[in-house]
Amino acid sequence: MLKTFKLGGVHPPENKISANAAIRQLDIPKTVFIPISQHIGAPSVPVVKKGDTVKAGQLIAQSGGFVSANIHSSVSGKVKKVDTIPDSSGYPKMGVVIDVEGNEWEEAIDRSGTLVKEYSFTSEEIVGKILENGIVGLGGATFPTHVKIVPPKGMKAEMLLINGVECEPYLTSDHRVMLEKPDEIIVGTRLLMKAMKVDKAYIGIESNKPDAIKLLKEKVQGYKEIVIVPLKVKYPQGGEKQLIKAVTGKEVPSGGLPIAVGAVVSNVGTAFAVYEAVQKNKPLFERVVTVTGKGVKTPSNFMVRLGTPVSELVEAAGSLPETTGKVISGGPMMGKAIASMDVPVTKGTSGILLMESAESKREKTLPCIRCGRCVSACPMGLEPYLLQTTAEKQMWEETEKNNVMDCIECGSCSYTCPSSRPLLDYIRYGKSSVGQIIRSRKK
Amino acid sequence: MSITILYTIITLSAIGATAAIILYFVAQKFKVYEDPRIDDVEGALPGANCGGCGFAGCRAFAEACVKENNLDDLFCPVGGNDCMTDVAGILGLEAVKKDPRVAVVRCNGTCEHRPKTNRFDGASTCAIASSVYSGETGCQYGCHGYGDCVSACDFDAIHMNPETGLPEVVDEKCVACGACVDACPKDLIELRKKFPKGRKIYVSCRNKDKGGVARKACKVACIGCGKCEKECKFDAITIANNLAFIDSDKCKLCRKCVSVCPTHAIIEVNFPPRKIKEIPKKETVEN
Repeated sequence: MLKTFKLGGVHPPENKISANAAIRQLDIPKTVFIPISQHIGAPSVPVVKKGDTVKAGQLIAQSGGFVSANIHSSVSGKVKKVDTIPDSSGYPKMGVVIDVEGNEWEEAIDRSGTLVKEYSFTSEEIVGKILENGIVGLGGATFPTHVKIVPPKGMKAEMLLINGVECEPYLTSDHRVMLEKPDEIIVGTRLLMKAMKVDKAYIGIESNKPDAIKLLKEKVQGYKEIVIVPLKVKYPQGGEKQLIKAVTGKEVPSGGLPIAVGAVVSNVGTAFAVYEAVQKNKPLFERVVTVTGKGVKTPSNFMVRLGTPVSELVEAAGSLPETTGKVISGGPMMGKAIASMDVPVTKGTSGILLMESAESKREKTLPCIRCGRCVSACPMGLEPYLLQTTAEKQMWEETEKNNVMDCIECGSCSYTCPSSRPLLDYIRYGKSSVGQIIRSRKK
Repeated sequence: MSITILYTIITLSAIGATAAIILYFVAQKFKVYEDPRIDDVEGALPGANCGGCGFAGCRAFAEACVKENNLDDLFCPVGGNDCMTDVAGILGLEAVKKDPRVAVVRCNGTCEHRPKTNRFDGASTCAIASSVYSGETGCQYGCHGYGDCVSACDFDAIHMNPETGLPEVVDEKCVACGACVDACPKDLIELRKKFPKGRKIYVSCRNKDKGGVARKACKVACIGCGKCEKECKFDAITIANNLAFIDSDKCKLCRKCVSVCPTHAIIEVNFPPRKIKEIPKKETVEN
């Protein structure tokens, strides 16, 4: 009997059509647009100016606070400008635009493909390297990794969970990384364990990736402290709290962080990035991005330099299909439709989904029939129909009382609603408004 | 039989009298004094309970009026000066006269002027749309057109024009309570001075982008060129962040700025058509 989380969850069609496409290096574009805010927390502070020559891997924006991350150039070339650039929401954001010249890397980076298993770093040195190389969570939330692996005072980490679940339909970037870089992931996991001073790690993988489970099980032989946990397929198992529940059976308390139950969750992609940062001195300036969709000619997984415009990725996967209704950054459940094709790939871009126009359109919104499907689908045990109503009526106290802040925005409620009500839209609105109220109360 | 009835009457009357005496003393003991003027003031107010004065309804405003020693910071935008004179009369204070105001929507980005670049199909409210993205057009400052202002209005004074996709204010019904101003996430609606005959001159744009960027997104965007500022003799126009703003309290409706605006971002409403000036003929000197 495979493990899974108990409460709620849905089973959207998996559509992992790009699962067999090996990771291809995408050509370096002519110009890259690197936003200075690619992570949760304070935006970074640019340290280059117009006309500067940069190399790939060179620091271009310094971490702007405790919860923030360094940003490095993904290409070599000349800084064209430090100005506002398009963002997936359409609002202009600050960024660095670099005109590409050649492909020169910083000398310190080890560009060879050889696997470096051995290391003699202390925990602090590993955390230092992670901080220096701007590693953030690559699962999508982009929380700075150096903050995550150092537990706050009074808390103690007991175990590391490596997230290889990839429960989002369509996306296959984590799957491909597990298949192609298994040794690197194991080294990365051991480095993270060393940094956190824990002696137990679990790698959770959903059972729809039997090849990855088999391969990693072979690779962890000899490392007793790392356990591969196959999981039953259910969305949103890739959510931190759901993964902890599925693997350990522990429940993170309302409003608490995973560290409250002694767990720290990191994505497989992050483990790979940690390996590269520590063993190869390579800053996080490229990542694997899935480009997929039913109309796409060659659904692919690309290794992409950060800052590459989305249009380049789409072009490389065989041009934009005419039937495209929506271009989504991320997966169909949690991803966001992007406002323009000039938006660049950032640290949090796990996939680009070109959705067919027919399936992308929302159905007409009908009245709530009180069927309770959203309640049984909610993995956090909330009442989405109620939160939607209170948010719509702007009854913020009620919304807060019904634990709106615990919502992980997985979209299971909207997915399951037979009346196609925009539940998550309103809950997000409620979350941001209540969040503002809570912050102003603390001041 | 008759004795039973008699006893009943006597007993009940006795209970009634005792209760009345107790209640009288209790009422004296726990009496809450309320200024009778509060009721009078509330009677003089329009009773719209719109919150335009900044208080939670007319009763709360009336209480505030009675409590304060002057009416300097208190004004009912719905009742206007007449209503405030009545209130001042009741309280023996002096009313502060204020110019009547009217809501003005400062965006002219119709489908014609502002081409669409994408499509939004989420929950159709401006608050949600603006929290997730910049809008269906290239202008991140313009109207979303989902009508949060319309649903905020208690006076049926603002409607969406289906042709332009923009809200329009019915001046006669607008009481300047400011509900729509708060509802608009793009901060497009302003309460401006009400001029006679419904005349208005205002910059119908909130785009703070540089001129070229603004113009590319919308044909009638303010590009911040500053021509109007130079033209204005009354210091009513200021330019900040590539955007002109006309202060309605200083504006004298001379219309000079309207004619110099290269993008027609400045709009004049309810003016008679301009007379075409006759070009004076050059006197030709016959040789």
